[in-house]
Amino acid sequence: MKNKEPLILVVVVAFTLLTYWLVEPYAHSVMHKHVESQNFAYADLKPLTKTGNAAAGKDLVMGAAACTGCHSIEKAGMPSAMDAVSAAASYGVNPPDLSNAGAIYDAKFLADVIVNPAHALKVEHKFDASKGKMHPMAPFAGAGGELEQEVADMVAYLQSIAVKPDQVTPKMAYENACGRCHSVSYEKWTQIGEKPAFKFEKDSLAFDIKVLEYQESLTKYMGKLPPDLSMYIRSRGEHFISTFIENPQAHLEGTAMPRVGVTADAAHKVIEYLEDAGDTKRHERASVGKMVLIFSVVFAIFALLWKKQVWKNLH
Amino acid sequence: MAHFTKATSVKDWLNQRLAIETVEKVMASEYWIPKNINFLWAMGMVLAITFSLLLVSGIFLLMYYQPDVKDAFYSVNYTIMRDVDYGWLWRHIHGVAASVVFLIIYIHMFTGIYYGSYKKGREMIWVSGMLLFVTFSAEAFSGYMLPWGQMSYWAGMVITNIFSLGGLHLDGLVEWIRGDYVPAQAFLTRFFMLHVLLLPLAIMGLIGLHFAALRIPHVNNQDGEEIDFEAESKKYLAGDTAGSKVIRFANDFMSKDLMVVGFFLIFFFYLVFFQYGFALDPVNFDPADGLKTPAHIYPEWYFLWSYEILRPFSVNIGLVAFGFAQVIFVLLPWLDRSPNAVPASRRGMFKVWFWVLLVDMIVLTAMGKLPPEGIFSTIGLVAALLFIVLWIALPFITKNEKKA
Ligand code: HEC
Ligand code: HEC
Ligand code: HEM
Repeated sequence: MKNKEPLILVVVVAFTLLTYWLVEPYAHSVMHKHVESQNFAYADLKPLTKTGNAAAGKDLVMGAAACTGCHSIEKAGMPSAMDAVSAAASYGVNPPDLSNAGAIYDAKFLADVIVNPAHALKVEHKFDASKGKMHPMAPFAGAGGELEQEVADMVAYLQSIAVKPDQVTPKMAYENACGRCHSVSYEKWTQIGEKPAFKFEKDSLAFDIKVLEYQESLTKYMGKLPPDLSMYIRSRGEHFISTFIENPQAHLEGTAMPRVGVTADAAHKVIEYLEDAGDTKRHERASVGKMVLIFSVVFAIFALLWKKQVWKNLH
Repeated sequence: MAHFTKATSVKDWLNQRLAIETVEKVMASEYWIPKNINFLWAMGMVLAITFSLLLVSGIFLLMYYQPDVKDAFYSVNYTIMRDVDYGWLWRHIHGVAASVVFLIIYIHMFTGIYYGSYKKGREMIWVSGMLLFVTFSAEAFSGYMLPWGQMSYWAGMVITNIFSLGGLHLDGLVEWIRGDYVPAQAFLTRFFMLHVLLLPLAIMGLIGLHFAALRIPHVNNQDGEEIDFEAESKKYLAGDTAGSKVIRFANDFMSKDLMVVGFFLIFFFYLVFFQYGFALDPVNFDPADGLKTPAHIYPEWYFLWSYEILRPFSVNIGLVAFGFAQVIFVLLPWLDRSPNAVPASRRGMFKVWFWVLLVDMIVLTAMGKLPPEGIFSTIGLVAALLFIVLWIALPFITKNEKKA
């Protein structure tokens, strides 16, 4: 009699794969909006036409443009004017330290955020100067020289003090670009910094209260508290997060989350940070997985040989 | 009183007290299995192995899981996934096995339907199998509540809500099941109890019943041949192992079971390490939030076909159709009026019925996940009606079937 097993196997596998394809890839492609990555090219922003002069930029950043009035630049010895909680009370959110901004943010984006923050951050639906709704970061209108040149100078200055782009760590990228809004409790990150291990309960509670105060201002500013991102690498996945930070509006029209303007490299670092928080064991999973699969194949081969031996006398 | 002699060996000592030699014969070496069966008959063993994987991984998870609405999500996603050595491995094994077990159950069920293995004395195998299906479903649903993620919460909300819908209006029952007006602490604790105690006990008991139901009628074979087990086993024991139509359960059949299990495990562990997303739904990695309804709420894939039978109708009709779908499979041995216990390929109209049912359930499964809009809701409605019509037509189709 002819052996039907190969045909049966093909039928079983075909129906299984069909069902899988329908309920997973196909159903999800229908349910979720598909947003293609633009590779962080920021094609809507004007390229810089002038070559910047870092020394001139330094004077502007510290002086006429008053960046340091709101932002700290610890690398240049400029501490923040207020602590995070008071800054949030004034601006809604604590303006990030600019020490490594030149390495983390795209140059075109930096130039645009200086002259028109609401535009660069894609939050013009919330902040419209003509209706008296000013963005908390005051736009730079020029210090008497040619505006484009001055902006290029400041960008050059920020790039000159920042670490080399390949030295940006995942933590650094995350804290700069996302940390002022999103906590990551599994990494002990709060919007006002990493929560230290306190010796006394009293100090720990005092810290928590500061976080709550900060979150209160942030909620008022954003309309809602930005979510804790600890497990977002598992709940949203890399593709969603990457295209979401590239342009939040493409996914969630009208959202209050700004486009943060990171470079493609910095976006990878942010993703890596989120993987370290929510998918900590991914390397172990890959290596253990390989060993277990090798073992399974060996086991199956021995099982096959045993079966052949037992059935020798049965045919 | 029985007569005991001084034992000559440990085996003899045990044999005098437990009759292990007889037990071994009845359960293994002289438990006769037809030779003419294919790998589909190993699915029962694959299920037993998958259930063991669930049991063992579940015990490990239970050592760290916290059934508290405040801590549950953290205990699963931080403690187990990050802190505990290999906690992630146990969780992935448990989650993937819970999903794969249903794939194998469906293959096992459709094998039974295709070969007519639910009649001629095999009715109790079928009924105990369906009871296993129902308890497994309850086990999977209760387990899904435990991480207390968004899908846990909202699936729990939607499914328990079914009893309050339409003409049923059993709001009191819904509250009784939840122990509260909404899914909250009481709800989580009781589903925890069901998941780790009551339902596993029921499943183990039912597996025992299922196996017991198999012993007397023996399993069917792939040609629906009626085998004289007495005569064939004598032939085997007399040494004509090649000519006999039966084989021993152990080691003959077991060696084939183990081979199939071996290949299954390669597939299973591939899913555990490299393709787990279908089993551990991403939405459930967001913590439960009663104020934020997810954009799409859907049950796990193995419940989708029956969910889709509820959905396309008006509330009351949908509930009736849903109830129908839940019980109708149990009645199969009595709805099939033909005495033929042979493969569907030799049963005329029943062959058509079988393949249409299979495809219809796959269509229902797909539509159950897709949003109920436009063409999808039309396809869903047609598929749900077809499902009902198929089962109503079954007695008529099989009544006039020719003797195969
Ligand atoms: C100025 C504050 C702010 C910054 C900076 C910020 N976010 Fe957000 N983010 C928000 C707010 C507010 C929401 C909620 C948006 C909504 O629901 O409309 C949000 C939502 C999200 C979401 C969830 C989207 C969803 O599916 O619901 C993700 C993921 C996210 N942010 C990632 C990031 C990452 C990664 C960064 C850094 C690269 C970042 N965010 C920087 C404010 C911010
Ligand atoms: C009036 C206070 C103020 C001044 C002055 C100011 N900023 Fe800001 N800046 C802010 C605030 C507030 C934010 C955060 C906005 C938000 O997240 O919604 C911000 C954000 C930024 C960001 C981060 C954008 C992102 O994508 O995350 C950069 C870069 C930046 N500012 C650079 C500058 C530079 C360069 C200057 C000087 C030309 C400057 N800022 C002057 C208040 C200020
Ligand atoms: C986890 C649950 C289950 C386990 C562990 C299990 C186990 C087994 C085993 C070991 C066999 C004998 C070998 C074989 O034919 O595969 C068997 C046979 C059978 N099972 Fe199950 N089973 C389960 C669920 C079910 C379900 C849900 C059904 C469907 C209602 C079912 C129906 C049958 C039938 C009809 C047979 C007889 C096959 C024949 O005679 O050819 N079982 N089961």
